Amino acid sequence: MSTIGYDSWAVDLAEVGAVYPFQGSEGLMVVLGVVFWIAWHRIQFVREGAHLEKAKQMGDKDKINSLLEKY
Amino acid sequence: MDGNLNALTTVFTEFYYWVTVVFMFLIHVGFCMYEVGASRHRNHMHTLMKNIMIIPLVTVTFFFFGWWIYWAFPNFPFFGGLNHEAAAANLPWSQNMATNLSDRITGVFWAAFLLFSWTAASIVSGAVIERIRSSALWVHAVMIGSVFWIIDAAWGWHAEGWMVKYLGYHDAYASGVIHAIAGGYALGVIMVLGPRLGKFAADGTPRDIPPHNPWMLTIGIFLIYSGFWGFYAACNIPVISPEGIGGLLTGDTWTATNIYLAPTSLSAITFNFLMSLSGGLMAAYVVSKGDAFWTFSGGLAGIITASAGNDLYHPIQAMLVGAVGVVIVYKLHYWVERRFKLDDAVGAVAVHGYSGIVGLILAGFLLWGAPSSPYEGYATVNPVGQTIGAVIMFGVLGWLPGFLIAKMQAAAGVLRIPVEVELQGLDYAEHHAYEEAKAEIIAADKAALNGGSVPAE
Repeated sequence: MSTIGYDSWAVDLAEVGAVYPFQGSEGLMVVLGVVFWIAWHRIQFVREGAHLEKAKQMGDKDKINSLLEKY
Repeated sequence: MDGNLNALTTVFTEFYYWVTVVFMFLIHVGFCMYEVGASRHRNHMHTLMKNIMIIPLVTVTFFFFGWWIYWAFPNFPFFGGLNHEAAAANLPWSQNMATNLSDRITGVFWAAFLLFSWTAASIVSGAVIERIRSSALWVHAVMIGSVFWIIDAAWGWHAEGWMVKYLGYHDAYASGVIHAIAGGYALGVIMVLGPRLGKFAADGTPRDIPPHNPWMLTIGIFLIYSGFWGFYAACNIPVISPEGIGGLLTGDTWTATNIYLAPTSLSAITFNFLMSLSGGLMAAYVVSKGDAFWTFSGGLAGIITASAGNDLYHPIQAMLVGAVGVVIVYKLHYWVERRFKLDDAVGAVAVHGYSGIVGLILAGFLLWGAPSSPYEGYATVNPVGQTIGAVIMFGVLGWLPGFLIAKMQAAAGVLRIPVEVELQGLDYAEHHAYEEAKAEIIAADKAALNGGSVPAE
């Protein structure tokens, strides 16, 4: 039994379509993919929020002034 | 070429490989830029020259014996003798290895493999910057580029290779064949070479040595992505008839095939290349907490992890495989660095080696039972075969020779540059010659300005 649905390539290609593993689970794969994508945004939003909060406290006025001068 | 259809197919194939080779050249441009960007100013030119000279050295040795190994070694030494018949046409004195209008493919196919050889050597080059002698690195470049990687290609990337036949080894776009071996080789060398001065604090805590030029580094990795895309195409045979591959497929539909002559398409691998790149970038951004260089490298690691099965994966599988691989690789890199005090200057062992291993093992599970080749009687893809394959690629053909050759070089005192030179920088002598020449010219110009002698017009 093969995950791609073929045990041999001795086939007529005119009759071959999809060859990826776990055919029939495309809906589930899309769900997993979308979860990965949405989770990425969530993690990134939270991380960036925490980072900006920390960064707010870091700036020394003189150093910021010199940065502004630098353009 | 008898008949116009054959002529058209041959000329198309010739042109196809020629285009992929030109794209793959970008990988080497990218590696040069990345290495120079990652090194410090005082080692700039040395780093660049170290990587540039890989090109001629690996090219000539690949012409003399590397290409012959690929054709002679598929079953040697464990499952048969040398294949002298196939190899004869690829000896450096064969008429096929020259301008020859009855063979339009050998040159471009040879070049496609040669560019892989440069890549294998260049991966090692990145790990050892700022402390290895050029002469030592160039011996390693020849050994991995024209000997060890091409043995692994004969065993695991040739349609009749014993690993494909008996292990069901499947590595269509070279997770193991290029990347695991080069990562393993780099690990062997850096274990002997030792870290750059200052890399570790007295208590063993690793320090980050930031790149001197982030722009160059970024453009470098984007060029590597571009070349890698060309590399994917170079791993395919573009058009072939069932009759042309010995009737291994039935019916009369022509197809592109992967390196094992199993059917695939540029469409399939384009989906999967881009989705694995994306999965790698996204996962690396998260796991590295937004570190720019690890994010870029993570894109590369994502592709490498998915490469073993990227002819057969669904694009979402490719994306998730790329993402999972990057998380493992990132964690493993820092664990090894802390635990064993190893300095891998550009993360080459992780991005290429660990990704390659993870990619091979995952493919064994995801493609379990799939035919590794269209030849009858070959083992099908399976987790055990892929894991043994990973050990052979990373450990036996990569780590072991890298470690042993580096040990011999260290014993002979020709591996590492002297501490004094490392401190002043490898470009010190050239820099001083430049400064002296500059000072002399400025003095001459000033003398001319103040009414001194001027050259005759």
